[in-house]
Amino acid sequence: MALVFLAYELIRQAYPSILFNGTSFFTTKVFSPGSAYATGVEVHNGYKAVKGAHFGILTLMWGTLVSSLIALAIAVPVSVGGAILLVERLPRRLQGPLGVFLELLAGIPSVVFGLWGLATLGPVLARDVYKPVASLGIPWFDRAIAPTGQGLLTASLVLCVMIIPIIAATTRELIRSVPQTTREGAVALGLTRSESVRLVTVPFIRTGVLAAALLGWGRALGETIAVLLISGYNLNGYPQSIFAAFTTMAATIAGFLDGAIQDPTGMAVHALAEVGLVLLFVTVVTNFAGRLITRRLATPGLPIGRGV
Amino acid sequence: MRRRRRQEPTAGRDDGRSPGLAGVSIPTGRHRRAGDWAFWAICGLAFAVIAAPCLSVLISVFDRAAPGIDASLFTKSTTTTAGLQNAILGTLVLLLGVLVVAGTIGVAAGIWLAEFAPGRLGAVLRFGSEVLAGSPSIVVGYVGYIALVVGLHWGEGLLPAVLALSVLVLPYVVKNTEVALRQVPSALREATEALGLHRAKSVARILVPPATPGIVSGVIVALAISTGETAPLLFTAGFSNSNPSAHPLHHQVGYLTAVTFNDASIPGKDYAVQGAAAAAVTLIILIVLIFAGRMVSRRSRRATERMSL
Repeated sequence: MALVFLAYELIRQAYPSILFNGTSFFTTKVFSPGSAYATGVEVHNGYKAVKGAHFGILTLMWGTLVSSLIALAIAVPVSVGGAILLVERLPRRLQGPLGVFLELLAGIPSVVFGLWGLATLGPVLARDVYKPVASLGIPWFDRAIAPTGQGLLTASLVLCVMIIPIIAATTRELIRSVPQTTREGAVALGLTRSESVRLVTVPFIRTGVLAAALLGWGRALGETIAVLLISGYNLNGYPQSIFAAFTTMAATIAGFLDGAIQDPTGMAVHALAEVGLVLLFVTVVTNFAGRLITRRLATPGLPIGRGV
Repeated sequence: MRRRRRQEPTAGRDDGRSPGLAGVSIPTGRHRRAGDWAFWAICGLAFAVIAAPCLSVLISVFDRAAPGIDASLFTKSTTTTAGLQNAILGTLVLLLGVLVVAGTIGVAAGIWLAEFAPGRLGAVLRFGSEVLAGSPSIVVGYVGYIALVVGLHWGEGLLPAVLALSVLVLPYVVKNTEVALRQVPSALREATEALGLHRAKSVARILVPPATPGIVSGVIVALAISTGETAPLLFTAGFSNSNPSAHPLHHQVGYLTAVTFNDASIPGKDYAVQGAAAAAVTLIILIVLIFAGRMVSRRSRRATERMSL
């Protein structure tokens, strides 16, 4: 219904940009609507754009992918560890309040996370962590530190905090669904609690965690406002180091539109629609994969006997 | 530390490791206890890594907002950094709009999916709606901008903003409604059929009332998401320093998250305080909604239990 409308409208609006830019949209690194003072237009495949305009989203795709993958790499182990502690170790009395806490965390608006990253986390990291690390001179960990901490690593860390509740909440439900009999069997065999978690719980929830990670990844790919505030918004190429400014596809749509509507040929707006289309496609694929795995899990099978 | 030694589980291997189960090797003897301890230490660390940033977010927002929280927030408009009146009212009006649009459409769609939809079509729509729930909010906002604000010449205003938000939160309302209806025991459904009740009447009179708490909690989730969203509103609602008016089109609306977002890029302490205060008010609305949702869902659980007895 609405999804079809979204896709249709995006394709319709992106069409001029697809024809104008062709494959260079995905293979070049400069994203610029051209100079506002330039006269004359460029024509390509029957569509016009301001002279000097060039739309290539390679850096945007790179930024989206790298920041979300860094976030995911930290968020998955942390969420699983935290969820295991919450369900298997902490007393039942604490589980209710901590559940509310998790729910609240999932509900914190992204703009609040953005504010936190910009005003609290970023400056602290820049002063106490990035500066000393940069002085070591390791490649990729050495240059371009903003005093506010705006950049790839800070944005990835904030994204990580944002997707943790999604992954942790799902993992918590998964751990609760581990059959009690299997757990009792592990105890009967004389396994300690941690061994029973590693041998019984973890294999049982493995696929589910993968699905949860895919859902969290989808969220990280599409996150806009927080990234826009913390990324440093750098449209001109790859970041110089992990601390440097960058941008993502979603942040660019939000950050660029004000400028794009000034474009008299309208090509910049169409190009943004194509960015949106790519983003929608990527997130739909990750979500689709995640839901498919969850669907398959709906018929639970005990992973007992695997690999023994 | 307890001194009592655990009995060695496997004898005769002195490399300190047993072949283990499922390919995972388990250290034996003293190593086992150390492994146990290390495992829980890692889990505890992970838990701390989750909890610390959350507490930091909440504390930093309220700490920053503290100097700005007083009655003038509610009585002055955002033309000064002391006021938020128009933004608070704007957010509430947007919530009301979402309640009306997403509430009616979502509940109707959910009821249809649960009770009337033919199997195959229902499955496709359900899947589509779940995927829609994962689509990025900025894409929804952008389509709202190019299709409604520009395409239909509506201009930035209440209606395009409410529609963009509604598309974003619809899947949650639909899903919750459907699940709530499915939890109504099938005995009730069969009884209405046996009594020869008309299908629509049976849904409206018999099946929806016990499902109401579940439906309401879905709507509350939708409202909570709407409260915190910025991306879909940036280009559909615009921003205004005056209170929201009754005109749905061409009259821009101010809202809380936009104040936080805009103030974040303006230098100056007053703006920092105002931005944090707007974030704090947003969080308070959210906390109220979350607790309302929990109360309703507890009631719904009790209702289901009573029905199944």
